Amino acid sequence: MTNEQITYKNENYPYQSEDTDKRKTVILIRDVYKSFGDNHVLNGFHMKLHEGENLVVMGKSGSGKSVMIKCLVGLMSPDRGYIEVMGKEIANLDRQTLDELRSDIGFLFQGSALYDSMTVRQNLEFPMRRHKEKLGVVQDTTPLVLEALENVGLAHTMDLMPAELSGGMKRRIALARTLILKPKIILYDEPTSGLDPITSKEIIELMRSIQKKYGTSSLIITHDVDCARVISERMILLVDGINYAEGSYAELSASKDPKVEAFFKK
Amino acid sequence: MLDLSVTKFVKSKLVEPIKHFFVQIGELSFFAGRFFKEVFTPPFEFKELLRQCYQMGNRSLVLVGVTGFIIGLVMTLQSRPTLIQFGAVSWMPNMTGISIVREIGPVITALICAGRIASGIGAELGSMRVTEQIDAMEVSGTNPFKYLVVTRILATTLMLPLLVVFGDLIALYGSALVENLKGDVSFQLYFNTVFDALSFGDVVPATIKSFFFGFVIGLVGCYKGYYSKKGTAGVGLAANTAVVMASLLVFVVDFIAVFVSDIFYEL
Ligand SMILES: Nc1ncnc2c1ncn2[C@@H]1O[C@H](COP(=O)(O)OP(=O)(O)O)[C@@H](O)[C@H]1O
Ligand SMILES: [Mg+2]
Repeated sequence: MTNEQITYKNENYPYQSEDTDKRKTVILIRDVYKSFGDNHVLNGFHMKLHEGENLVVMGKSGSGKSVMIKCLVGLMSPDRGYIEVMGKEIANLDRQTLDELRSDIGFLFQGSALYDSMTVRQNLEFPMRRHKEKLGVVQDTTPLVLEALENVGLAHTMDLMPAELSGGMKRRIALARTLILKPKIILYDEPTSGLDPITSKEIIELMRSIQKKYGTSSLIITHDVDCARVISERMILLVDGINYAEGSYAELSASKDPKVEAFFKK
Repeated sequence: MLDLSVTKFVKSKLVEPIKHFFVQIGELSFFAGRFFKEVFTPPFEFKELLRQCYQMGNRSLVLVGVTGFIIGLVMTLQSRPTLIQFGAVSWMPNMTGISIVREIGPVITALICAGRIASGIGAELGSMRVTEQIDAMEVSGTNPFKYLVVTRILATTLMLPLLVVFGDLIALYGSALVENLKGDVSFQLYFNTVFDALSFGDVVPATIKSFFFGFVIGLVGCYKGYYSKKGTAGVGLAANTAVVMASLLVFVVDFIAVFVSDIFYEL
């Protein structure tokens, strides 16, 4: 199942190409539909993420990007379609297997989603509460917390509350929190949204260094063209609930298709 | 034409709200069902439960105390002239004692907690929902329903009876103070009379009732917050509607409780 060729049925799919990538597929989304009442958000979306790859999915705000990655981790379930993460079909998992799988998936939420009643340290310790089997018995969490915080350059904030941090710091702490369980895949939901350009650059640099250090596969959801240019190996444009176009940044930015062009216009 | 607008008016002002009301009751029952399903299965979040209990008590202790004191004071001051007229002022401790312990204490405390605790929970969980903190918990392997909802409902259920006892005692103290200053009744005599007057049948139903008050307050706060709509407006709405619904349900529970305990009296 895992390495099976995706057959796209979107007629106006300009970059339909053979999957020449020989790396293992870690995420496979096939023909996923999701609507809320009359609001048809996803209308047959396909996607494939390979091991170690940086894939960017770009789409306008409200186009269903967040819905798509929430379906990936079972926070929402699609109306129909097939979703497989690391060889396991999400829809068929019991709670425990799903939790185990989720510990291999890091999720950076759009607004950082730090627990605001807890200190930075407690925020980072929180994912360790239920994943003892993964980390073994941890007597002292301090070294792990410290390592994660040093990765994002914020070791000194350990005892602060989220309200005392700036937006960029929160985003980095959130990133440290997703890293603490050493995930194999990281899903970034608009990692640079709401940040100024300089802080955005810092976050992007951080994402790259994390990828280098841990060799994670990354799925980056964004509407930020600069972010996509710097980080993407491959891009998918999500328009009208389908993968409207797919290719490298260079290919897509040279496209003459009006809907594709609209993304890259300054 | 007129006919049409009348039906429209009836529909928007009567049919829709009633439908909405029953939908809410249905959803709330489901939510309660899920609570009972999850409260008995591990893992249990004891630490969080203790923290919640402490917070609930801490948040409303002063308010309950002050209100109780004033109610006791005012009630005694206002009924004194009438009781004097009938030459029954010596019945004051019995009267205030019974009405405070059986009805006024539990209901007033519950209403204060509906205002303070249900709205607090609604806003807190609402903002956690809106900022995706609940989703973040879910993906990090902690069941947010257990961690956030079960602990809070348990905390309100356990803490409300304690707050009621505290409120009752303060209210009685307020009443005793008036009697002491105006009627030369010693505190000891006052409280002795009150405790003599109170029977098992006064205290037990009031206590059971208080547990239920606590339960509905926690339930409504959590339900409104947990399913809060997106956006900051959603958080405000969750807090707001939580207070309204919790206060309403406090009266409904009170009515049922009085009805049921009345049946037991007859037996
Ligand atoms: N829980 C939900 N209930 C109803 N509609 C939703 C829900 N979540 C998302 N939507 C709708 O789905 C669409 C896509 O939302 P989203 O995935 O958050 O967009 P974005 O691409 O900006 O992340 C929006 O129109 C939004 O209103
Ligand atoms: Mg989004």
